Amino acid sequence: MVDGTEVSGGRMSVTVQSLPGAIPKGSLVETNLAGRLRLATDERSWVKALLITSTLVFLTLVLFVPLAAIFAEALRKGVAVYFASFTDAHALSAIRLTLLVAIICVPLNLVFGLAASWAIAKFQFPGKSMLITLIDLPFAVSPVISGLIFVLLFGLRGWLGPWLDSYHIQIIFAVPGVILATLFVTFPFVAREVIPLMQEQGSDEELAAVSLGASGWQTFWRVTLPNVKWALLYGVILCNARAMGEFGAVNVVSGHVRGKTNTLPLHVEILYNEYNFAAAFAVASLLALLALITLALKSAVEWRVRREFEQALEPPT
Amino acid sequence: MAFPRTKNSVLPGFGLTMGYTVLYLSLIVLLPLGALVIKSATLGWAGFWAAAWNTRVVASYKLTFGTSLIAATINAVFGLMVAWTLVRYTLPGKKFIDALIDLPFALPTAVSGIALTAVYAKNGWIGQYLDAIGIKAAFSPLGIVIALTFIGLPFVVRTLQPAIEEIDRESEEAAASLGATRWQTFWRVIFPSVLPALLTGFALSFARALGEYGSVVFISGNMPMKTEIASLLIITKLEQYDYAGATAIATMMLAASFVILFAINAVQWWTARKYRGVA
Amino acid sequence: MSIELTHISKAFGTYQALRDVSLAINDGELVALLGPSGSGKTTLLRIIAGLDTPAVDPRSRIRFYHEDVASRPAAERRVGFVFQHYALFRHMSIFDNVAFGMRVMPRKSRPAKNEIERRVTELLRLVQLDGLGRRFPSQLSGGQRQRAALARALAVEPRVLLLDEPFGALDAKVRQGLRTWLRRLHDEIHVTSILVTHDQEEALEVADRVVVMNQGRIEQIGTPEEVFHKPATQFVMEFLGQVNVFRGRVQGGKAVLAGVPLEGHYFPGKEEGAAMVYMRPHELDIKLYKNGAPSFPAKITRINPAGSVAKVTTRTNDGQDVLVDLSLEDYERLNLTEGTHVHIYPKSSRVFLPEYEI
Repeated sequence: MVDGTEVSGGRMSVTVQSLPGAIPKGSLVETNLAGRLRLATDERSWVKALLITSTLVFLTLVLFVPLAAIFAEALRKGVAVYFASFTDAHALSAIRLTLLVAIICVPLNLVFGLAASWAIAKFQFPGKSMLITLIDLPFAVSPVISGLIFVLLFGLRGWLGPWLDSYHIQIIFAVPGVILATLFVTFPFVAREVIPLMQEQGSDEELAAVSLGASGWQTFWRVTLPNVKWALLYGVILCNARAMGEFGAVNVVSGHVRGKTNTLPLHVEILYNEYNFAAAFAVASLLALLALITLALKSAVEWRVRREFEQALEPPT
Repeated sequence: MAFPRTKNSVLPGFGLTMGYTVLYLSLIVLLPLGALVIKSATLGWAGFWAAAWNTRVVASYKLTFGTSLIAATINAVFGLMVAWTLVRYTLPGKKFIDALIDLPFALPTAVSGIALTAVYAKNGWIGQYLDAIGIKAAFSPLGIVIALTFIGLPFVVRTLQPAIEEIDRESEEAAASLGATRWQTFWRVIFPSVLPALLTGFALSFARALGEYGSVVFISGNMPMKTEIASLLIITKLEQYDYAGATAIATMMLAASFVILFAINAVQWWTARKYRGVA
Repeated sequence: MSIELTHISKAFGTYQALRDVSLAINDGELVALLGPSGSGKTTLLRIIAGLDTPAVDPRSRIRFYHEDVASRPAAERRVGFVFQHYALFRHMSIFDNVAFGMRVMPRKSRPAKNEIERRVTELLRLVQLDGLGRRFPSQLSGGQRQRAALARALAVEPRVLLLDEPFGALDAKVRQGLRTWLRRLHDEIHVTSILVTHDQEEALEVADRVVVMNQGRIEQIGTPEEVFHKPATQFVMEFLGQVNVFRGRVQGGKAVLAGVPLEGHYFPGKEEGAAMVYMRPHELDIKLYKNGAPSFPAKITRINPAGSVAKVTTRTNDGQDVLVDLSLEDYERLNLTEGTHVHIYPKSSRVFLPEYEI
């Protein structure tokens, strides 16, 4: 063979002029509306406009105006009054207690969430779905009832109250009560984010790590935790927001002792009920800011959590 | 507690994590909830009914269920609109609006409560216009409905969004090519396929509204027989050291929310079985 | 003429899906749009259905039976569209799916309830799903679902039936059965049909005419026989069936491969240049000795006699693999084994000159 030859199968880069079919002689006056045709999955433009307008009006009335009102009311009496609301001794102690509650509750529920996920996702045992339902239980209990159950247990007229009182231990109308109630309402947050993800991921990677000689702790720290870190963070963000912002349950158990058992939301309530609106809204604006930061973090983390899930669903390559 | 060991026991830590899970769950959740159950059991049948079903309490149930139902319905209608707009249309600031939908989750309920009161009171930003046409928003059942709508909105929108995203665009195209108008396509194809999610969102929003306290107490006015919701009545009873009364009402409300959650699970199970071929 | 498309283009962003395509389809014909993925065939089908819009071009027309439908939305075109993934309404029974098109008609033209029932039952019988009307789509097999989708599309008595890779999601065996069945059904009802497929066997077996598409253009329109045996372009040559490609030359107006002139390929006025020579495996013959006719030597590297022909892979002296289909009798008579030195004789061939215009 003189010429270089090649096997078929590779696409040729040579393009050939397309062969036009019969071109009928259409009259030139026909108007062509093709570009303006409404697609099958589109609404008429006025329907679309109506839906968008209704959505925006509704959200404005229900969400945006109240959010804006918090900051407007807070600054109504000027910046000086606004900042004075935070330097007040009772406000400072409310801030301290709120932080304390979060610092205790978030790590406890974080550890619980990880332990529960490990047990549920990596092992088979009877009653598993029952256990998952029980973990979600606090979400089904309203805030006031969440507080009430601790009063029934530890209140002065509750079951353990008199016995605890004999040792001068006070739980209800004291900081421990606030912490217990908060623990209860924030209980499922971390677990319910991490459990489904770990279940989806299975234990193949952990088994591989163990077979390579890793210890249980090493496997957990080096394999499991990195795989669920975003879902874990997501749970922590939500847990923290609720821990700092819980009102109903804490309201029942705190007793509103100023400077002692008041968290920030309770402090807002007291100021408001004293008609000290500027201060109430100033403290509320701090909590609103916290909520906005939470939403921003949540949005930032959300797609990473989704990616962790998608990766778990994909077959390994 | 002894749990049967498993095939998977190559991995360590089952005993430790399972033990800790059960212990922590029992201490924080089961024991306190058990206290409620046992307390209501000790009331006796007659005592329980006397506390759980007298005129003032029944008035609070009617108000709580009535306003919750109205709020959940409003949320179902507008939530569908909001979710549809956010999924299907492009508009400026959509990401921002989408993130703000969760505000009622993130904002402490007391803050929501005073903010809504400020806006809908007689001299508030919106309340003044309502007042001008003779509508009293704050300190009336309408105020409660507004607060419960605020609180329940994310439940409907967040359940509907994935359902709308999941709608098979081709089935809409199929309907159009079969001659259906957009309106017919919506009612006959789109609506039935998002209905299970809509019902779930409605029920979640309703359940949340039944137990809501913080955002309502400021705007409701709390007048016995008129604007006193069940959660508030529980607190009033507690403040009077009427543990029996508080427990009875709480048990009723808790039972109601369990029934709703059970209904949600039933709806989901039923639709999964019927349409997805999951036997 | 039942469907005429002229000057249809379409771009998605910077991606040019269709480049000035024109096509005419006869009444009652079954036409296959065949091409690799990304060739624009599905886009063309969706434009016919009104599910996509072509680029704005004053010359572009979409006509059904001489009526310009370009400005009509999908709902008014009366096309039956069958989707690759069925797109059945999953919350409706099969019966309700098929009845849908009739139930959404304007009240004055809508058939009566018992008439709808009669026609749905008839259609279900036609697609061999009698008695399955009360099932939900999830309770049917893939093949059954696609037949239900077909019945649904036929229920509106469409002017044209459009099928978008209708068997693409099914496994090979079911696909083969449905293909034959679809052809028989078409012979029975004769509705003008356009079938999009990337499977050449499907197109060649089912269609009256095949439209071969590539990179948004039509390469060739013809009967299955024409496109297979008389490919108009290199693309069609390579896309349909297996083919051996050789780099030849043109010398003095004649095509020459490896110094041997190829019979029947003359390019008047072309003195010198490159030529691509195509030979299908069945257009080559193997002999053990030279007999004077043009041939080239090769060595057998692989033989696969499992099939209706023996597929022989050979390698030429300069290392090109050449595939030859040999009848089983010839294969046995020649007593070939791997490693045998043979001579390959072209029986016929096709030559394309990259820059030669007829």
